Amino acid sequence: MTSGMFELLGFGPQGWGLPLLKAAGVTIAAALCGFLLGSIFGIGGATLKLARPRALRLIGQAYTTVFRGVPEILVVYLFYFGGSVILTTLMNTGGFPGFYSLPSFVIGVLAIGIVSGAYQTEAYRSAYLRLDRGQIEAGTACGMSKLLLLRRIVAPQTLRFALPALGNIWQSALKETSLLSVIGLTELLRQAGTAAGSTRQPLLFYAIAAAVFLVIGRATGAGLNRMESHLAKPWRR
Amino acid sequence: MASASRPAAADNASTVPAIAVDGLHKRYGAIEVLKGIDFRAHEGEVISILGASGSGKSTFLRCLNLLELPSAGRLQIFGEQVDLRQSGDALHIGNRRQVDRLRTQVAMVFQNFCLWSHMTVLENLMEAPIHVQRRGRGEVREEAEAMLRRVGLIDRAKAYPAQLSGGQQQRAAIARALVMKPRGLLFDEPTSALDPELVGEVLKVMRDLAAEGRTMLIVTHEMAFARDVSSRIVFLEQGRIKAEGLPLDLFRGGVNERFDQFISRFNQA
Repeated sequence: MTSGMFELLGFGPQGWGLPLLKAAGVTIAAALCGFLLGSIFGIGGATLKLARPRALRLIGQAYTTVFRGVPEILVVYLFYFGGSVILTTLMNTGGFPGFYSLPSFVIGVLAIGIVSGAYQTEAYRSAYLRLDRGQIEAGTACGMSKLLLLRRIVAPQTLRFALPALGNIWQSALKETSLLSVIGLTELLRQAGTAAGSTRQPLLFYAIAAAVFLVIGRATGAGLNRMESHLAKPWRR
Repeated sequence: MASASRPAAADNASTVPAIAVDGLHKRYGAIEVLKGIDFRAHEGEVISILGASGSGKSTFLRCLNLLELPSAGRLQIFGEQVDLRQSGDALHIGNRRQVDRLRTQVAMVFQNFCLWSHMTVLENLMEAPIHVQRRGRGEVREEAEAMLRRVGLIDRAKAYPAQLSGGQQQRAAIARALVMKPRGLLFDEPTSALDPELVGEVLKVMRDLAAEGRTMLIVTHEMAFARDVSSRIVFLEQGRIKAEGLPLDLFRGGVNERFDQFISRFNQA
């Protein structure tokens, strides 16, 4: 069994090592792209929710309510099937018959980005609300333009306050990538499933997938903690 | 004593005023906080603005660098007319660049210090000169260190604001204002947030600045300081200037009944 296990997990022609490693790469890539896209949605969402016009605030509110309230797997399905329906209709009316769909990686990143963005909206919004108005005023009184204030005072401090929450959201985004197995993306869970099926060793391969998720999560988490304590330094007495 | 060594307002009366305000009004909805203020400050004057809380003195000071937008009135800074445009019931900034430039010439010190907490003391001092005034880093650094030496904080240059006492933070904030080489300084209750034992160190720095002949407008509750250091007192009550004059005259009493009442309330407390 032991020698067989090494062979199964090795990088030889019979081994699942390389496919699993590739799949882990896909998982990291999908999580990272999704999270980064989410930070764009998040900053946008927070800007909407903090805006003065009521209509903008309502749009921001609707965004976070919907995408935090709907199960993530449903969002994935909606994007997958909805995306191809829209794309096919557009292409067909444009004179290109047939069936079209976006690559599942793109769909996956979009789905994770929009859900993660809804949570990040709250992280950025509450961080912004914690800013000391006096410090912003001090910048204004020094002749800083709005853009300079944003770049030099508001953004660094907001990021600092948002970072603990962003760390948690990153961990969720990482785990959510496993949902993308349902739309055929060969990420870690799906690859482990394939290996489990063809070798009839489900326990082994799912345990390995779990371990890899843990390792990625802990490693990135440690990095984020380091960054957090570095950025928190000025606030320590 | 300090006031005797200061140039009297009359000496500068012929020159262009550092700050000139005409018919300044400020309304918040139905409440009128400033009800028509006419005011001149000449270069080198140290003017203490006194008044009970709610008299509008902080609002007045904040209108001078447009942290508050006046509802009506005209404002001139060092002879330059500030471009304020009427729209509806309020004034708006006509030229942001002009305002940003003038703000570096009339620097402000706040009650709560308002140092930027993610930057060291030295970085706080260098921020506006480098990014707003676009001066060279080397020159700004030298200037900033000189200012820190001056306010006795050079050994805390690398500290963050949270690691300083209130008095140290306020001295750093004054140094931050000075590094911009402003022509005038606005102080908005600079000692009101300090523990009593820390007030002295901040007042000492301000006393030194006044003795240099800097143009200073100070909203304060430190009556002894106002009496000894100012070249002029402006007394606000209910949004109007009720009394104005040399500190010795006003504090002697008998010039203005309302001011005397205000001072006696202070002395009882």
